[in-house]
Amino acid sequence: MDLSAFFSNPNNLAWLIPIGPLLAFATITLITNKAKMVPGTSSEYTDHNHPAYPGIDVPMVANWSRAASVIVGLVGIGAAWLISLIVIGQATGLHELGHDILASSITWMDTGAGGFSLGTMVDPLTAAMLFMVPLACTMIFIYAVGYMAKDPRQARFFSMIALFAGAMLTLVVADNLLLLFVGWEVMGLCSYLLIGFWFEKESAYKAAVKAFITTRIADVIMLLGIAYLYAATGTLSFREIVYNTEVLEGLAAMPAIILPGLSAASLIAIFLIIGTVGKSAQFPLHVWLPDAMEGPTPVSAMIHAAAMVSAGIYMLIRMYPLLQAGGDAHHGVFTPPLLFMAIVGSITAIFAATIAVAQNDVKKVLAYSTISQLGFMVAALGIGAYVAAAFHLLTHAFFKALLFMASGAVIHGMEHGEHHVHAHGHGHDDEHDEVHVHTPALTAHAESAHHEGEHGDAHDTHNAHGAHDAGHDDAHHFDPQDMMNMGGLRRTMPVTFITFLIGGLSLSGLPFITAGFFSKDEILADAWYGITHGYGPHALVFILLALAAFLTAFYTMRQLGLTFWGEARSEAAKHANLGKGLVSFTMTLPLIVLAFFAVVAGYIGVHPDLPIFGAIFSPNGNPFHHFIGPTLAEEPGSIPFDWMPVLTSIAVGLGGLACGYLLYWRKPLVAGQRDPLIGILGEQMHTTLKNKYYIDAIYAAVFVRPALWFSKNVAYEFIDKGIIDGFLHLLARVFTWLGDFIKTLNMWLIDGVGDGIPELIARFGFWLRGIQSGRVQQYMLIITFVLLVLILIFALSTGVMQAAP
Amino acid sequence: MTVPFPVLSLIIFIPIIVAVLILFIPREQRDTIRVAALGAAGACFALSLFVYISYNNSVADIQAAQAAAVQAGTNIGTAQFNATLAYTEYVEWLPQLGISYHLGVDGLNAPMVLLTGMVAIAGVLVSWKIEDRTKEFMAFFLLLVAGVYGVFVAMDLFVLFFFYELAIFPMYLLIATYGWVKLREYAAMKLTLYILIGSVVALIGAIAMVLTAANFFSSPEGAQIFEAAKASGLLPASAQPFSFNITQLTLAAENGAFNVFGYAGVDGLTFARLWFPVVFIGFGILAGIFPFHNWSPDGHVAAPTAVSMIHAGVLMKLGAYAALRCGVQLMPEGAQIHLPWIVFLTLINVVYGAFIAFRQRDFKYVIGFSSVSHMGLVSMGWATMNMTGMTGAGLQMFSHGAMTALFFGCVGMVYDRAHTRDIPSLGGFIKVMPWVGIAFIIGGLASMGMPGLSGFIAEFTIFTGMFQASPDITLSIGNFTLSNYYSIIVVLAAIGIVITAAYVLRVTSQVFFGEFDRAKYPDVGDITVRERFVLVFLGAPLFIIGLMPAVMAPMLQTGIQPVLTLLGGG
Repeated sequence: MDLSAFFSNPNNLAWLIPIGPLLAFATITLITNKAKMVPGTSSEYTDHNHPAYPGIDVPMVANWSRAASVIVGLVGIGAAWLISLIVIGQATGLHELGHDILASSITWMDTGAGGFSLGTMVDPLTAAMLFMVPLACTMIFIYAVGYMAKDPRQARFFSMIALFAGAMLTLVVADNLLLLFVGWEVMGLCSYLLIGFWFEKESAYKAAVKAFITTRIADVIMLLGIAYLYAATGTLSFREIVYNTEVLEGLAAMPAIILPGLSAASLIAIFLIIGTVGKSAQFPLHVWLPDAMEGPTPVSAMIHAAAMVSAGIYMLIRMYPLLQAGGDAHHGVFTPPLLFMAIVGSITAIFAATIAVAQNDVKKVLAYSTISQLGFMVAALGIGAYVAAAFHLLTHAFFKALLFMASGAVIHGMEHGEHHVHAHGHGHDDEHDEVHVHTPALTAHAESAHHEGEHGDAHDTHNAHGAHDAGHDDAHHFDPQDMMNMGGLRRTMPVTFITFLIGGLSLSGLPFITAGFFSKDEILADAWYGITHGYGPHALVFILLALAAFLTAFYTMRQLGLTFWGEARSEAAKHANLGKGLVSFTMTLPLIVLAFFAVVAGYIGVHPDLPIFGAIFSPNGNPFHHFIGPTLAEEPGSIPFDWMPVLTSIAVGLGGLACGYLLYWRKPLVAGQRDPLIGILGEQMHTTLKNKYYIDAIYAAVFVRPALWFSKNVAYEFIDKGIIDGFLHLLARVFTWLGDFIKTLNMWLIDGVGDGIPELIARFGFWLRGIQSGRVQQYMLIITFVLLVLILIFALSTGVMQAAP
Repeated sequence: MTVPFPVLSLIIFIPIIVAVLILFIPREQRDTIRVAALGAAGACFALSLFVYISYNNSVADIQAAQAAAVQAGTNIGTAQFNATLAYTEYVEWLPQLGISYHLGVDGLNAPMVLLTGMVAIAGVLVSWKIEDRTKEFMAFFLLLVAGVYGVFVAMDLFVLFFFYELAIFPMYLLIATYGWVKLREYAAMKLTLYILIGSVVALIGAIAMVLTAANFFSSPEGAQIFEAAKASGLLPASAQPFSFNITQLTLAAENGAFNVFGYAGVDGLTFARLWFPVVFIGFGILAGIFPFHNWSPDGHVAAPTAVSMIHAGVLMKLGAYAALRCGVQLMPEGAQIHLPWIVFLTLINVVYGAFIAFRQRDFKYVIGFSSVSHMGLVSMGWATMNMTGMTGAGLQMFSHGAMTALFFGCVGMVYDRAHTRDIPSLGGFIKVMPWVGIAFIIGGLASMGMPGLSGFIAEFTIFTGMFQASPDITLSIGNFTLSNYYSIIVVLAAIGIVITAAYVLRVTSQVFFGEFDRAKYPDVGDITVRERFVLVFLGAPLFIIGLMPAVMAPMLQTGIQPVLTLLGGG
């Protein structure tokens, strides 16, 4: 095949987008990731932030290998970004993007009944994702150069994160569900590998397993949905399904095979939505996402913003016509999948927001905030706010990637400060004599060391994780992620402060300035539109999301106040900073870039009738709406402007910010002071929230332990060992007994009569003994001779070589 | 596709001849013995690969020939089956008893032949360090390989049973002699009894089938068909009505010889309805079908590594393959009646095996029960009785074969060094044995169906096939009729897939991640180049099939096509 001709066709260009990161993955894994083996106790290794590993040699990335791997990774993702921009350019140049698309496809495997094809396509939705994903990924890669600079396995980190990005880009450019699922699963694998990146640490690999299993449950259900869809329609191509009203109507009219009363479309849709419930961490499968912070911070940014959780929402948006087949949320016709999304999404939004309020870990607040914001998007889809969901997906990705990386910078700074404190010998020198820590890797290990010390190693892998976390929080060693140890960081880390502030305000939806305001407002506007027509689900969504938005503004303000405002509440916080040089630069640059997008990304989707802003940014109608709309065969109608949702957005945004300000900014916390929230919520409520409603413990009690018990006691011990083997052993005993019986019978009866036969045999044996000379050579001679004769006869008498007639 | 030498006979007899030659080598010359065994396995693999590739290259011709058979319009299924056979060898062996030495490959067994070659090489290499009675080990091992090859390529029922028994006998000795001391005698006996009983039951069914077919061909209308088939070249000119030849039995099946009501004096009974479950489950025992699966985990655990590899990797496929070949292909009517309930057994296999694997403390038992679970998917694929599902089952056979051999290789390498398989007492092994750790993870990903590896495409096609089959399948017991339930079965089977992920990750994290205790395992170090080769050799096909299923799927489909025609579908 002529490659240059192939790729000069713009239809085929999208294939190249995931190739860059994937090649980077292959190159790093196979070529540049060269480690030298050093003793696990050598200073070379332990100096670089890993715990001593007595007795064995450990791989330690060589300097040239580290540099080469980082460069390969950056080049890979950079290429993907560039090509994405070219592709976007090509796509927007099409006459009418949406009806016309860039597409290219090959047959992967023929199943006999149709076939599986793999292909790429670029339509407006893909183009929008291609704007966000490579950009955010590139920033995360740059950030990881500094963040992971001291890790002995940085090369491996880059290979995995490149695979992660490659998988996400594959998913984005895929033209069918199968290829999308490939990217989806490979991302699941990457999240497993990266969350468990510091696999020496028990909590890390447990979090990794938890993430993988939880999402896996959902993935398998989604796979069933895909299989059913394929069985029902004979295709998995997006265009042939969601852009084809005939297929959709057929599916909507076809009764589902499992549940009568449900249409095939609804059943498939629910299966697919469950896939997203897992991947995008919706209630009740959200439990993996907070634990996923065990991975290095760039991974958190990747999972929470650019890739994994966005993939779930993206899939729903992509499959939306199927999800609403047979219904129409804009006209109050709700199908089960739509209701399912509206309910799950809005419950998740409010539920996670309440938990976020009571978290003290800087990354955990953000984790729950992600869950909550994803709930906004799912709920939006449930009420038919298609464009609003896509819009929020984009803006959220920018400000959440920013927030995660900024919090990583805070943690990095705190560790730096802690190190500084140690190096200068003041404060905190009590229990850290032997384990000396100063970066995330480090801390992680110290933590696990403590853990082992305290609890021994008798943990069951499937213990409730929640119980562990509770133990973690009040462990007596220093926790650089605990906001209670921070305060006053605005002084030593000004850039981080300002960018964090911008991201936080965007998340809170600070009116008219930030991207988060516009996207959230659009969801509320859609919900309000439904209320004015008297649709129940819209009301539920509107109320819960408005409340969640209020809480979002509040906990963000709390986080900002606790982290940056007031005075330092620990020695480490006093000296926290990113230092100078490459590390500081590579970690700061992405923050600034993303902060820019966290503000301006909102202006692409302003309602044209919003006073002032509408006239400035949307003189010809809502640009984002116009761009995304043609993704659907039937373009979503735009809704009339209404002040009510705008005022609500402003009220909840400002209200939440004001409450947060009153509690945490006006009188900042001082060291040792109790969180004022405890007073307001009451001790019990606060503890419940802090422990995330004990969901982890409940799951352990309801699912994990019974499953373990069932496997061991019922399936294995009772059925397998007890019944099946027991029956066999009984049979064996009966046969043995029978054998004994017959043997006895034989001895008395048959032997008594028939001793003559053995006698005869004995004589025959005596005669036969004649040729038993005992000379091996003679035996061999006979055997060989006979064998040769046989072969000869065989070969001569028959036509071995003849084929069958 | 003609070659100037009988390639299939060579594949079978090279190991036998070398096994005999090895007996002449003095027992002290262990390296000579090993090299000889490796040479034999290598030659077999080379020939198998040749067969596979040349067969794959001619898939288009075969499809054309099959299409021509449809055009011709009579005995389509048998003609399609004949068109798929390549490298056939046909020699009258005992014409008086209707036995002929008939070998051939079609789309179904060509991948199995390749798989056997792979596992044979891997098995010899992982057994390299066996110092105790090396000579006998290698000789028996080669005999076992020969037996397995023989079953796969046999196109005559007698030859098939002949090699089937030939494979079981060295298996017993290998496990009882070289196995894990604590369990070997029990397990070897258990395994042998189970398999023997299964094969005896199936053999009785086969003989009954041959007799029924002979009666049919002796009847006036049957004789007409018989003569016509001989004249058209479908059967050899020398064929007798009484014959074990699978082509001839297929012809009998296609013409309804086994579907005559009133069999054994019972009104509603036909031959196929009575004997199908006997033959299918008789062979199914070797594929570990519930509730006859218990020989396999014990057998796997007790066996030495190489034997476990052959055992789980190839031998279990033998059962699934023979169940299809002798059960579904020869008694399609029985399959339509009985597979709709047998599918419940396969569901239990999938879920139940996974649950038990989840709770094992012994590393090797985990893999043993995982085989039970995965082989359930193969039988489930057969039960779909459509192209998609059966293609998936074929892919799953190959995929599971390579994957489980890889697993057992990994377990063996860990056990050789750590001298324990107790999962909780292992930990952090990826630090000291990175190759094994990565290979295990790759195998694990294939086993849980990660896209890009072979397990995914196999499972996905089986699931799709189940959904496709669902509307057409009903199960009637008395007045009670169950319809459209395949979709529920597949949803329930998904539980097994989730549990698979759980146990794979559990084992991975407990054995390979976490802290490594140097004091406890002072001698554990990385593996040798020879062992690395084994891991790469077995791991590579997982990626190849996973990324390019087209190198196997069309071929499998040519093999499945005649079976589907016989089943009355497309």
